[in-house]
Amino acid sequence: MSFEERLGSGEFLIPKCSQCERIVWPPSEYCSSCFGKVGLERLDFEARIVEFSRENDKYFCIVEIERSFKIIAKADRILLAGEIVSISKCGVRNGNYFFEIN
Amino acid sequence: MIRVGIAAYGIVPFSKEDKKIENLLMDSVAELFVKNPEIDKRDIDGVMVSTNSNSKYLGPIVAEMSGIQPKASVSIENLCSSGTNAIVSAYSYIASGLADMVLVTGAERFDSPGRVLDWDDSRGEFKQPVFWASLFTKSYKNQFSISEEDLAVVSVKNHKQAKNNPNALSGRIFSVKDVLSSKQVTEDLRLLDCSRLCTGSASVILASKDVMENFSTEPIWITGIGQKTTSAGFTKNNSFYSIKSAKDASNTALKMAKKDVTDIDAVELHDAFSVCEPMALESMGFSKNGKSIKLIKELHQTDNFKVNPRGGLMGAGHPLGATGIAQTIEIVQQLQERSGARQIDDVKAGLVHNMSAAATSSTVLVLEK
Repeated sequence: MSFEERLGSGEFLIPKCSQCERIVWPPSEYCSSCFGKVGLERLDFEARIVEFSRENDKYFCIVEIERSFKIIAKADRILLAGEIVSISKCGVRNGNYFFEIN
Repeated sequence: MIRVGIAAYGIVPFSKEDKKIENLLMDSVAELFVKNPEIDKRDIDGVMVSTNSNSKYLGPIVAEMSGIQPKASVSIENLCSSGTNAIVSAYSYIASGLADMVLVTGAERFDSPGRVLDWDDSRGEFKQPVFWASLFTKSYKNQFSISEEDLAVVSVKNHKQAKNNPNALSGRIFSVKDVLSSKQVTEDLRLLDCSRLCTGSASVILASKDVMENFSTEPIWITGIGQKTTSAGFTKNNSFYSIKSAKDASNTALKMAKKDVTDIDAVELHDAFSVCEPMALESMGFSKNGKSIKLIKELHQTDNFKVNPRGGLMGAGHPLGATGIAQTIEIVQQLQERSGARQIDDVKAGLVHNMSAAATSSTVLVLEK
């Protein structure tokens, strides 16, 4: 299954190159470094808030995963830059990825 | 390399008009040819179209609608910096000897599909530009202890300058209080911190030195070009308070032009949102990091139009495919001393900065008399 299919079922897996073992982001079939085939790993990864803002009562933030790549996620509480968080919910809605942190 | 300059231009007022892209492109093309009857259409051997429109085969369509049979006719799309990318392509055709004279025309509708980069899934459900702009703004404010009031001056200044631009979308002047009381879009962004997408069209003709001498008495030369793409995705930016693509592109352009940033007398930079202006000024070396708000305030207080004289994207409006061409026309007019009430004194060199997709790529041009 692809990253997107896994994400669609609520699983956030880490795309890694099977040859050079680098994390590949955004997810792709090929490694952007060595063009090796990319597989998916189920990791207990670290997620850290880099920056955040707010739209009405909804917070949105840049989250760095495994000190490697960044995503924008949603939160329903006050955030702190540098705070370690975890992805509480993710998926694909109306063709768009979504990520939520706890 | 063959010397390349801008021989003529055409631009029409930006609006919210609902019009087909093909007809929009022709608005500024017709303006250009009507105002420059000395240009023989048979001499044009390239047509480059800049737009994010989904309409196909626009290069040949514009050529046919203009009665031109060029060697090459293509469309160039690179989101908000499509315009300067089309100019660089035209420059390359001429500098390499593949063409002598190229028409570059750009247009966009107010409802352009270039508003959002669908591919960038790292942004999750926050794909609209206001979200990256909010995160840039928060990061810049925190890094340099800049307030919302400080940033509001960018919008005030650029709307004031647009008031002197007959092609600008905005005809209104705002105070800092107006900006701060405009609709809160996010915690870090108000409505008047945002440029507005609009309908617009702008065209230029680029020509080689040999061809230029036949008809233009006041050519403006493209003496420096710099481009940099750091990524396509917003979250690949390493800093959210500076613009690496602008820094690298301006360094390259200034080096090619054998100029220092202190030699630049007029700047059109990509102020898609308030925070973009100080970030771009600092990244391109016009100010030390965190200090450009002071420069912007001084320029505003002294009615010095050096930065974004036509009102930038915030005051003039942002028709994506036409923006980079309109910015270039402004610097051409400044160098030709044809900017009327917004004329800057004694302009010898000007710079255009046009960027795309949350600052992930930039194009910089240096223009001189």
